[in-house]
Parts: sequence; C-alpha cells; structure tokens
Amino acid sequence: MQLSNDVFIIGTGESKYGELWERSLREISVEAGLKAIESSGIRTKDLDAIYMGNSLSGMISGQENIGALMSDYAGIADEDVPTLRIEASTASGAAAVYEAYLSIKSGEYDLVMVGGVEKMTELYGNEMIDISSSILDREWEAFFGGTPAAMAALSARKYMKDFGVGKDVMAAISVNDHKNASMNPTAHFSNIITMEQAINSTPVAEPLNLMDCAPQSDGASSIILASEEFVKREKKEGVKIAGSGISQEYFALHSRDSLYSMKSTVSASRKALQKAKVGLNDISFAEIHDSFSIYGVMALEDIGFAERGKAKDLVFSDIGLKGRIPINPSGGLKAKGFPYGASGVGQFVEGYLQIMGKAGKRQVENAKYGLLHSVAGTGSTSIVHILGGE
Amino acid sequence: MGELSRMWRETDHRYRMVGEKCGNCGKLYFPPRDICPTCHRDSIGKMEDIEMSGKGEVVSFTIVHDVPPAFTRQRPYILAIIKLEDGPSMTGQIVDTLPSDIDIGTKVRSVFRKISEDGHSGVIHYGYKFVRDA
Repeated sequence: MQLSNDVFIIGTGESKYGELWERSLREISVEAGLKAIESSGIRTKDLDAIYMGNSLSGMISGQENIGALMSDYAGIADEDVPTLRIEASTASGAAAVYEAYLSIKSGEYDLVMVGGVEKMTELYGNEMIDISSSILDREWEAFFGGTPAAMAALSARKYMKDFGVGKDVMAAISVNDHKNASMNPTAHFSNIITMEQAINSTPVAEPLNLMDCAPQSDGASSIILASEEFVKREKKEGVKIAGSGISQEYFALHSRDSLYSMKSTVSASRKALQKAKVGLNDISFAEIHDSFSIYGVMALEDIGFAERGKAKDLVFSDIGLKGRIPINPSGGLKAKGFPYGASGVGQFVEGYLQIMGKAGKRQVENAKYGLLHSVAGTGSTSIVHILGGE
Repeated sequence: MGELSRMWRETDHRYRMVGEKCGNCGKLYFPPRDICPTCHRDSIGKMEDIEMSGKGEVVSFTIVHDVPPAFTRQRPYILAIIKLEDGPSMTGQIVDTLPSDIDIGTKVRSVFRKISEDGHSGVIHYGYKFVRDA
C-alpha cells in the first residue's frame, strides 16, 4: 500500500459547552459527531474508524466502553466501524486526534472520525473535586489533600515569588478568554470580566481564585480527518495537520525540576514545529491549555512566545484577537469551557474554523497557522499540533 | 472497603517515610519506586528501603478552600511541596500553624497524623504531615 502523506481536517461539529443538565453523555456526543459528518459531507459508512477522547466517564457516569456506546448511538452499529476510546486525562481529546492522525499517516486508514466528550455536571461540586483529582498521583498527591487547583496554585505561588509578579499576570489570561468567548456561541460563558473581578473573585486554592480556574463543563466536539488521497478524490476542502508532537514528564509535580515549566510542553511544541517546518513567527494564533490561568502563563513561556518569567510583557497587550499573537480565540478552557476529554478536540474545531475563515466575530485576520496545546494532569503529558499550510 | 489493601501496602512509606536508595548511583527517592530514572536497568534489584529524615523546607504552598469530601472538616488547609534534606521533594499538608507564618523557604519537619476518613464509619487513613521546625 502506498503511504499517505498529509492528513486534513475536512469537517467539525460541537455541542454547546456548559451545564447541560437535561442532556446525556451519549446525546451530546452523537450531536457533535453528526454535525461533523454533515459539515464534511461524508457518509458514515465510509468511515474507517472512530477514536473517542474521554477522561472520566467511568468515575462520573459509571460508564466505560464508551467507544462502542457512541458508535451504536450514532446509528452505525451495523456499519462495522472500529471505535476505540483514548485516555490521557485532560489531554484525552488531543490524544485521540493524535492516534487518528497516525492511523491515516500509517496508510492504514483514509477517513477517521475523532470525538471528544465529557459530562462534568452529573455530580455535586465537592465530589467532582475528588474525582477530578484522579488526574493527579492519587497515592502521593491527592491522598494528602492535593487537588488540580491546589497543584496549580503551588506553581502559581512559586512563579509569583521567583519573578516578582502579581496575580494580574494570570488574571489577564482569564479576562482575554472571556472576551473571546463572548463571541463564541458554543462557549460555556458569554460574559466579559474585568481584571478587578478576576483578581478579587472567591479563593479556591490561594493564590488562585475562581476566575483563575476553568469551569466544569459538559460538552462534546468532533472532527473528521481524511488522507490527502481522499481529499483529492472527493474534492474536499480542508485544513492540514502540519505537525504534531507529544511528550512526557514526571507524573507528580513534586518530582519535577521546575514548578512553573512543563518540560513536556517545551519538547512537544519543539517537535510539532519541527515536523511542520514552521517557526513561532509563522503562527497566527494559539489555543493553549489554561485549565488554570497560571498554566496559560506557563504555556506562553514553555512554547516560546515569551521568555521565562516574561509573560507579563505579553499578556496585557499582545494576546487579543488583533494582538501580536492571539491566544485562545475560542475562549479557551476558562471561558469556552473545560469538558476534560472534549476540550482537546474542541481546539481543533476552533483551529479549523479560524483557518477556513469561518470564525465569525472572533475571526483572527489572515489566520494561516494555528498552534494547539493540550496538557494532561499537571503536565505529565503535553500534546501540540500545528494546523495550516499548503 | 475495596481500598483497604491499597492503603495497607503503603503504611511503611506513609507512617515512617520509607523511600528508596538506588544501589547503583546512591540517589534517594520518595515516594518509593522500583527503577532509578537515572540508572535504568542497572538499578533493577538494587533499590534499597531507606527512612527519610522528614526534615526539609517549603518549596511552595497553597491554602486550599475548595476541598474533596474526605477533607471537609480540615477546610481550609495548607498544602505544600517540601524539599527534604535527604534530597527528594514531596507533597503534604502543613499543620499547627497559621498561613501567615509560612513562606517559601520555611523549615519544616514531618509528624504522624490522621490524613482523612472514609465518611463517618469508614476507614481512617494516617500518614505524614509537616509542622514548622522552630
């Protein structure tokens, strides 16, 4: 078999992100999938495989084996399409795209659907804190009272101390997210927030406040990937996945060299840029994993948009839609929302819309290349993709 | 109750802070691990149990307000990363002090404490916390 070369996104779909009390895991997942099918103009029977990104459905909904569940409820149980679930905690969606990308790159498949779904609002708030802590080291972090917010707060405190900056550097990430989300009909939040509101919001894990923390959102996103051969044969338009990188780092935060640099992000973004043969200067916008505002700050430095400790020179003036490097045009995890396993796929939906010029009011001008950054846990895995190019 | 063996098998490590020393390079690890990330296969079978001193200093800390159900009665609590004199860093609570008396660099030592409980009639989990080392 002749190896395929490039892989293209030829369609996308999403459910609304937010508190979808009246809708089930399977309903929102199928909705996103069907929209992606419709947007790409393909037929489900032509799909070679489906990869589902999901992090916590077993613990939240008591439902595992959701690959098979989703293909059944998408109405294709009789079509014999292999469907697998991919798990990499909060990076599950990006991991699912990565696996789907490799499956086409390998020459085995031509047409693959990727879904990401998470139903976060099934349980009471503090139960969810325990369940979401399963993305950490259960025995040596969560056992002693570690939560995702607490671990991020440890990074934030050390960052603020070592570089002598205030909470405003982090708050600027959240303010920017809310502004962009107000122009995204899919987003969990449509309200804008001020710096003062962000800085003075309720403490969650000091120095992080409520407005430093991405919400628990329900949501599903889906994309269709196709080989170059399929795109040419079927005369489809699409956005190329120009490069991808995935990297690992020590599992627990206390095992790492730095509390405010994710080695996995440094390495994954370098790999992705190298494979795409582009530099950071070519990037028109980035979707970064700001599950906590400090992680947004760290991502800007780890990817290389700012030098270490210098994100403060960027976040107040240069990350808006018309800025030097627009960050999170979708609204990011903070304001578009953070359904764990869906958010990584959601970044691809935004990347596709931006590069196709279909992002409406939040359109970045001349969006040519996009960088998508997704993180598992506190940085144990980072996944970076570059979209765009001929 | 399925958690019993999961808790029981860690008692040496959580009660007495027993970590590992790599018999090849001599580096100390906590929590325990079976393979030294520096020496790889040269360390297999050579990781020896060793008790940590429990003394160290605060690398970073947070005051946690949004807490899981098992920690409701401790809310808010101070969680920190502590760098031990022995070398390894670890995550644990700092107790018997006000947050205002803690800073990055504060010297601490470990104490044996109740960590959490599984509801009103469930298993009580014990382990280390840290106090200021005056």
